[in-house]
Amino acid sequence: MTFWPKSRTARRRLTILLAVAPVLALAAGLTLWGLRDSISLFYTPAQARAAHVAPGRAVQLGGLVLPGSVVKHPDGRVAFAIADKQETARVSYQGDLPDLFREGQGVVAEGSFDAAGVFQAKRVLAKHDEKYMPREVADALKKQGEWRGDGAAPAYGKP
Amino acid sequence: MTVELGAFALTLALALSLAQAALGFAGARRPSLAGAGEGAAIGAFAGVAAAFAALVAAFVVSDFSVTNVAANSHTAKPLLYKVAGAWGSHEGSMLLWCLILTGFGAAVAAFGRGLPAGLKSRALGVQGLLGLLFLAYTVFASNPLARLAGPPIEGRSLNPLLQDPALAFHPPFLYLGYVGFSVVFSFAVAALVEGRVDAAWARWARPWTLAAWSFLTVGIALGSFWAYYELGWGGWWFWDPVENASFMPWLIGAALLHSAVVTEKRGALSGWTVFLALAAFTFSMLGAFLVRSGVLTSVHAFAVDPTRGVLLLSILGLSSGAAFALFAWRAPALAPGGVFAPASRESLIVLNNILLTAATGAVMFGTLYPLIYEAVAGAPITVGPPYFNLVFGVLMGLAMLALPFGPLTAWKRGDLAASADRLKLAAAVAVLVGFIVFALVSPRKALASGGVALGAWVIAGALAEVAERTRAFKAPWPEVRRRLTGLPRGAWGMTLAHAGLGVFILGACYETAWKVEAAEALSLGGQLRLGAFELTLKDVGTVDGPNYLAERGRITVTRAGRPVCAPEPERRFYPAGKQSTSEVALCNLGVSQIYVVLGERRASPDGGPAWLVRSYFNPWVQLIYLGPLLMALGGLLSLSDRRLRFAVGRKP
Repeated sequence: MTFWPKSRTARRRLTILLAVAPVLALAAGLTLWGLRDSISLFYTPAQARAAHVAPGRAVQLGGLVLPGSVVKHPDGRVAFAIADKQETARVSYQGDLPDLFREGQGVVAEGSFDAAGVFQAKRVLAKHDEKYMPREVADALKKQGEWRGDGAAPAYGKP
Repeated sequence: MTVELGAFALTLALALSLAQAALGFAGARRPSLAGAGEGAAIGAFAGVAAAFAALVAAFVVSDFSVTNVAANSHTAKPLLYKVAGAWGSHEGSMLLWCLILTGFGAAVAAFGRGLPAGLKSRALGVQGLLGLLFLAYTVFASNPLARLAGPPIEGRSLNPLLQDPALAFHPPFLYLGYVGFSVVFSFAVAALVEGRVDAAWARWARPWTLAAWSFLTVGIALGSFWAYYELGWGGWWFWDPVENASFMPWLIGAALLHSAVVTEKRGALSGWTVFLALAAFTFSMLGAFLVRSGVLTSVHAFAVDPTRGVLLLSILGLSSGAAFALFAWRAPALAPGGVFAPASRESLIVLNNILLTAATGAVMFGTLYPLIYEAVAGAPITVGPPYFNLVFGVLMGLAMLALPFGPLTAWKRGDLAASADRLKLAAAVAVLVGFIVFALVSPRKALASGGVALGAWVIAGALAEVAERTRAFKAPWPEVRRRLTGLPRGAWGMTLAHAGLGVFILGACYETAWKVEAAEALSLGGQLRLGAFELTLKDVGTVDGPNYLAERGRITVTRAGRPVCAPEPERRFYPAGKQSTSEVALCNLGVSQIYVVLGERRASPDGGPAWLVRSYFNPWVQLIYLGPLLMALGGLLSLSDRRLRFAVGRKP
């Protein structure tokens, strides 16, 4: 036991370190491992096209709901399109849309593209606030020169 | 006029907070000033209370010349939601925050008679500084009592999703918890200024921690319950930034509760306890910042305003930065407490603290990682639930495994083998429960069965501790009864809280693993299969509510031909905000629930009307809410223990 220090305080510190280190190492390891497939990047349709998002990769797709694109199927499936200024992406979603989901408004869909290029959404977010524009959507649209503040009618890409 | 008086009272409270801070610190040296500081604390509370009453009154009479009322109320709204509207918006909720902050200050001034004069005076001074910061923010940056130049005839109404009993009471409880930690924070800073943290200090700080933590537990449970049945997604926890923001102070508060016991009983860990006391309120403020600044995209949040976010971040940085700097300066001088062996109750509580703080760190990292990533890589991302489930689940699983050993192991030098021997029966019960669930519940899920076994282990462990203390099954009944009635309330509180945690784990694991979901667009008479149940849409009628119109579906649920229940979900339309919401119908079957949502009307293939009916069978879901309720009750029961109320020695 040569490494065990003689001083009482040093021994106390070493004991604490020995107790804390494994838990911290475990937490750090789990964190790195857990982050590998839990991170999902945010894209607008044009960015997703440019980045060649692989089918099956969990991402978020945000933009404005293209007016007239919402089709509700009897089996509960909903199809709509998310658009930014340059690009439009088809989205398929099984479930009830959020109460604040409206055509022409900003939404964020979580899910992945399938092999046919249709975005299979697992969750669709629209917010409680009726003026809500998801921050990522607003930022991305501002970059494209789309954003004109509240109430301005936006232009859309060709479906 | 009431509103102007309220605004005046609020400004007065701001001035009194300044006086409270100055007199509090000065009063620690000159006792003649300490009484004035206490008076200022009570006065500040009275001022904020008057302002809050004025705001509630403005909401009740629908005074739309007040900006906040015009934006959040409506004449047709039921009275409960008019009152709740007062704290439904950003401005109003900050006023509620200030009300509770000054309220706790006044409570310390009024009820802290047994406290040493210096500590009390300084704690009130720190509380006054916090009050000063938050009241200044409320008065200058988010005044809820500001008038509107051209008052509208009708208000914009409170968001219909927030017009719900659970959500009406959710903010007050949540804030009692968040802000309750401010008292512990103030005590910690005062103790650091004095340079003395001892067992007596921990005994004074502990009741406030217990109260805050219990309120926070109820607040989070109410919020989760609201999300469960009002959002209509069938889930109760989404690892959303806003949920995490409320969960982090809860975890730190739980760690603090335990480490304060060690400091109180054994005088050890004093530096760590003070650190946690500072961290708990820091996380509360971080939560306030995250929710209101909009830096993270959340499914439920206030309307956001970046300038306010910067101000809140400044308040957070200023108060916590100063407190932690003080800690770094003074903590090395704190006397190290009693020593303990590696196998002792102290060590187990240290383990609990390490795991709880590591879990908090993991939750914080996952919550803030999108911010870090966006700052570094420039692309927005989110961190999904799998990350949280994995990291948090493993760390808490370890903590749950160790939990029953804590109360059964002696202070200072314990015998883990003896504790294990006393837990043999509990372990057998847990393993048996796990195997039964694994064998009988289909589909088979090993991990979830393990989780259920873990819940049973925690409950059985808590009961084993009571049995051990009362010598149940060993001593004759009269002696057991004498011991049962003789147990202090604090012990019952701990047992109840631990058992409540076990109940929660049972519910959370079982519900998550074995919930059944089904959705289909049904025409009248259509049927939907949900596991063993059959749902039939009988009829859809219209209903005129006080401030909404609704379609109400009549649905019968049968199981093998026998009727089970008749849920009536609604889809409501609120003309005031032109919003529609779905009102979920819940059927209780024991502790399980059938959850039915009526979706919007759409065309069926044959051209007639059809409604999207979405339904979940959530087995054991009520345990998820029963568990936290038991935990909060346990906390309040401990709080009522004579020891905490009276044993606070009055030292000369």
